[in-house]
Amino acid sequence: MSRVALNYIYNENARTRRPIIINKEMGNKINPYLLKKDFPVFQDKVDGRELIYLDNAATTQKPYTVIEAVRKYSQQFHGNPHRGAHYLSVKATELYDQARQKVREFIKARSAKEIIFTRNTTEAINLVAYSYGMNFIDEGDEIVLSIAEHHSNILPWQQVARSRRARLKYMYLDEDGRLSKDEVKSKITERTKLVCLTHMSNVLGTIFPVREIIEYAHQKGALVLIDGAQGIPHVEVDVQELNADFYVFSGHKMLGPMGIGVLYAREELLEVMPPFLSGGDMIEYVSEDTASFAPLPEKFEAGTQNVEGAVGLAAAIDYLNSIGMDKIHQHEQDLTAYALERMQGISYLTLYGPTDLEERGGIISFNVAGIHPHDLASIVDLDGIALRAGHHCAQPLMKYLQLVASCRISFYLYNTKEDIDQLIDSLDRARSWFSNGTK
Amino acid sequence: MELSSIYTELIMEHSRSSRNRRLLEEKDREERGHNPNCGDDITLQIKFAGGKIDDLAFTGSGCAISQASTSIMIDLIKGKGKEEALELIDIFLRLIKGDGLTEEEEEKLGEAVVLKNISYMPARVKCAVLAWHTLKELIKS
Repeated sequence: MSRVALNYIYNENARTRRPIIINKEMGNKINPYLLKKDFPVFQDKVDGRELIYLDNAATTQKPYTVIEAVRKYSQQFHGNPHRGAHYLSVKATELYDQARQKVREFIKARSAKEIIFTRNTTEAINLVAYSYGMNFIDEGDEIVLSIAEHHSNILPWQQVARSRRARLKYMYLDEDGRLSKDEVKSKITERTKLVCLTHMSNVLGTIFPVREIIEYAHQKGALVLIDGAQGIPHVEVDVQELNADFYVFSGHKMLGPMGIGVLYAREELLEVMPPFLSGGDMIEYVSEDTASFAPLPEKFEAGTQNVEGAVGLAAAIDYLNSIGMDKIHQHEQDLTAYALERMQGISYLTLYGPTDLEERGGIISFNVAGIHPHDLASIVDLDGIALRAGHHCAQPLMKYLQLVASCRISFYLYNTKEDIDQLIDSLDRARSWFSNGTK
Repeated sequence: MELSSIYTELIMEHSRSSRNRRLLEEKDREERGHNPNCGDDITLQIKFAGGKIDDLAFTGSGCAISQASTSIMIDLIKGKGKEEALELIDIFLRLIKGDGLTEEEEEKLGEAVVLKNISYMPARVKCAVLAWHTLKELIKS
């Protein structure tokens, strides 16, 4: 097939696969079967099997519109932003700025100056740790984390605590995987400089009451960083309403490309924080010995930026908006309720995390009696089911829960109840093979 | 691939077997092997006699592949001389790497050949080779 013909088909797909997803028969709810048609990965067999993708907490699949936006940028508008006067440079600058505006609107930040593009959540947290933490946290100050944090929201703070002689304190969870008010109040004190908390646990699925905790921390004079990697893809976030000081997330967990992430921070904080990385693009004037920095947000974006990543993230946000975050969240809650109901009735399963749907999202960790999680992940993979097994980059939490590893399923807008049924069939087969060597 | 071609009866049997899972009453050395990413964690204990591996046993926990591979290895290696043991380890590691083995080499591995299909599962290779790398350290140390 000629290149032109291929392009034609590709564009045709992008045009016809618009996310028109509200099936009248289903009222105001998502029809995941229609949605799946927007995602090329579900159109073909993966490794010879129908794909049942239940690893959305690790990364999400991409709709045609995201793939097409990145392709179009690379093919028609690729230039180095902020540098040249030529058409492509101007166009790349425009698309990059538009993407920033799109993110600002999506999280309802006050100003685009408060949106800093990073590679991912990890880099965004490191930016805050090295720029804010290493300069504003002092000896004797306390940094309060929850025990449910991902390594990316622990290790940078260990570095800060070590360098600045600050103290790390952990808020522990109750037996249902929740943070109690008493625990929050006993750990966040007048000595607390910063609270770092995940919006939703990537292991237990607990959605923490971040707004209340931010309010309490502010009363005590502490700032709060919310790790939104598992938050923003699944629930509507209004950073002003939350009153978060820092909110960080990754594009690839919300249908966007890998390599693009976001740090939201209040403008007055970013103004006083020194640059994290320095070099090209973040300067105003440079002499032999000194330099002055570019205004926000460029001050924190050294070097050539990931424009195609930003363009892809903007397309992902458009896609999510076209469906509605409230409907996405409701769909995931429906799936979680269904999965919990089915799984709770299976005697060989142990489930972890809150049982109350009000306090959790679409991530379920579990173990199968007699089968190590890594064996289980390999076995269900033979049935085309993608799930995660291991410590989920949360070793302190796993140790706290006295677990070596667990299996984890995590939902997104394209998952169906049938996916859950197929998983359970596959678990049954694995269980009977491991019990008596028959399928 | 089929479930039965990876989790073969032999692998299932060895993963559950307690024959080689014990502490030695007398040991010359021990070595711990650990896959931090997945939590497989075994400790091998060894006793030499007259230049041969007189006794070998393990304790620890992990997935069926890591546990079966350890047990199968112990059956194969016990009673062998150090040099022969190192040669068998080398052959096994090449098997899992997906290198083609000669018929003679496959024969030398005996039951351990049953782990061959792991070479098609890159995510599980480290489970299959953990005990063998640990033993290599143990013999060489």
